[in-house]
Amino acid sequence: MHLLRLNLAVAASGFRRYATYRVATVAGVFTNTVFGFILAYTFIALWYERPQLGGYDQSQALTFVWIGQAMLATAALMGGGFQDEFHERVRNGDVAIDLYRPVDLQLWWFASDLGRAAFQLLGRGLVPMAVGAFAFELTLPSSPTVWLLFLCAVFLAVVVSFALRYLFALCGFWLLDAAGLGALSTLMSVFFSGMLLPLTVFPGAFGEVVLWLPWAATLQVPADVLLGESGGGGLAGLGFQLAWAVVLLVAGRLLQAAATSKVVVQGG
Amino acid sequence: MQEDAGGAVRDTDGAFIDVTDLRKTFSVRRRSGLLRRTSTEVHAVDGISFTLRRGEMTGFIGPNGAGKSTTIKMLTGILSPSGGRLRVAGVDPARDRTRLVRRIGVVFGQRTTLWWDLPLRDSYGLVRRMYRIPRARYEENLARCVELLELGGLLDVPVRQLSLGQRMRGDITAALLHDPDVLYLDEPTIGLDVVSKARVREFLLHLNAERGTTVLLTTHDLSDIEHLCERVVVIDHGRLMYDGALAGLHEVGRGERTLVVDLERELPPIEGIAGARTVRTEGPRQWLTFPATASAAPLVSRIAADYPLVDLSLREPAIEDVIARMYAA
Repeated sequence: MHLLRLNLAVAASGFRRYATYRVATVAGVFTNTVFGFILAYTFIALWYERPQLGGYDQSQALTFVWIGQAMLATAALMGGGFQDEFHERVRNGDVAIDLYRPVDLQLWWFASDLGRAAFQLLGRGLVPMAVGAFAFELTLPSSPTVWLLFLCAVFLAVVVSFALRYLFALCGFWLLDAAGLGALSTLMSVFFSGMLLPLTVFPGAFGEVVLWLPWAATLQVPADVLLGESGGGGLAGLGFQLAWAVVLLVAGRLLQAAATSKVVVQGG
Repeated sequence: MQEDAGGAVRDTDGAFIDVTDLRKTFSVRRRSGLLRRTSTEVHAVDGISFTLRRGEMTGFIGPNGAGKSTTIKMLTGILSPSGGRLRVAGVDPARDRTRLVRRIGVVFGQRTTLWWDLPLRDSYGLVRRMYRIPRARYEENLARCVELLELGGLLDVPVRQLSLGQRMRGDITAALLHDPDVLYLDEPTIGLDVVSKARVREFLLHLNAERGTTVLLTTHDLSDIEHLCERVVVIDHGRLMYDGALAGLHEVGRGERTLVVDLERELPPIEGIAGARTVRTEGPRQWLTFPATASAAPLVSRIAADYPLVDLSLREPAIEDVIARMYAA
């Protein structure tokens, strides 16, 4: 009960911290929308040449674009969020403060990242999606059940994204300056989440493999759940996400134990 | 012997913090060739022993890199010692960090425990949740700190907009909301102006007197120690150099105070006063040094009697000089 209240408070603070920067949010919405239009016209050109590419019709492909824009900040597909902050705290030694607190490091950052994601979904997710739906003919489900499943998939996408970024961030304890690793993490995320192109369009063995990587859980799966392309009425997708979430969070715990036991607090 | 709410025995022999032959060794890798790296051992803390009684306010001083912060990090449990024995309130900090954490407060002068983007009040709310501080006690502690540290108008200001002095007072408050038995302060007055410094010092004296909080204070500012601590522990190169009263430190380090006198006119250097010597003259102004353990009163009255004295001022020895002289001795 105490733990729940603490983590709700942490999540609320994460929400408020992002809500403080209104101009940044407006700028973000604008960027997402512009980026959405560019991708949308690229996809229109692609699907005009190759209808049914990746198993989607053109309207589904456009829906995929705008889901991607809504998820970009929410699931921190292009990095950022707690990851930069955590890197910085490890690099300059402020992590010492986090370590002497009576809280679990992973749970703390998880709660604060969920708070951030909740704000980004409302602040930077809804508007680009609405603009996309207004400007293009999107394939959106009418069933509230599908929307509910989609919300679950978005939540799990945030969890998997957090768990992945936490693993990358923890490497900072060994590398001391993990900026390069952060860039790698972003690159992997942008490509393997399906943000550049839906993962289903890739042919052959590569196309098979990318669908099983954890990044698929951060955009490809939620999009398929909303588009009705995920098996078992969407439950297969959610199961896939849940499995990766558990595996990655446990890996994060193990790596965290190793990192903090050999911690060298830098500076001061 | 006292028992706390958890039923654990606090201290049996009066030693609230007990450090015996404490060591911390880091292995530092250096590049020694194109690809080759050699590993050297750095003894950051090299066999330190001291004990602190409950309610004691102690200065912990030494030059940069002496091992002060490393020792404090071991006392809080975030670094585990490479050797020796360490007990805080009867608990091994590295092993029982979570049990100890509610009993200690830490202020790192160069870091902040507050959330940059949030108002002070929100940071304190998070601290309350973290430490499970009952609402009434939290309100009471916050009100006391706000009053004594004059934070009244600042609670709704985001931390990033606070001045250094305001932020430091905010940090001290955050470290005390859960009523810690011991407070570690790592350079709490660094970069503060005279007024902020005075306010922080006054608050610490009050805290120590009213609540009996044990305080361990590291600083470079010897006047902090003079105002606050009866006892100083000096370390350098990871070793204990001195442990005792501040006055005794001057004796050991042969610390010297400087008397600056302004005479009516330029005169030859003042001579023939036992225990003092003139080290510099500049027009009508002369600098005399004398042992820090001696009183300035007889010296001043001798000069006033024999010379046309206009004005005078007294300078205390700098900690760096005292330590440097300890080495030379």
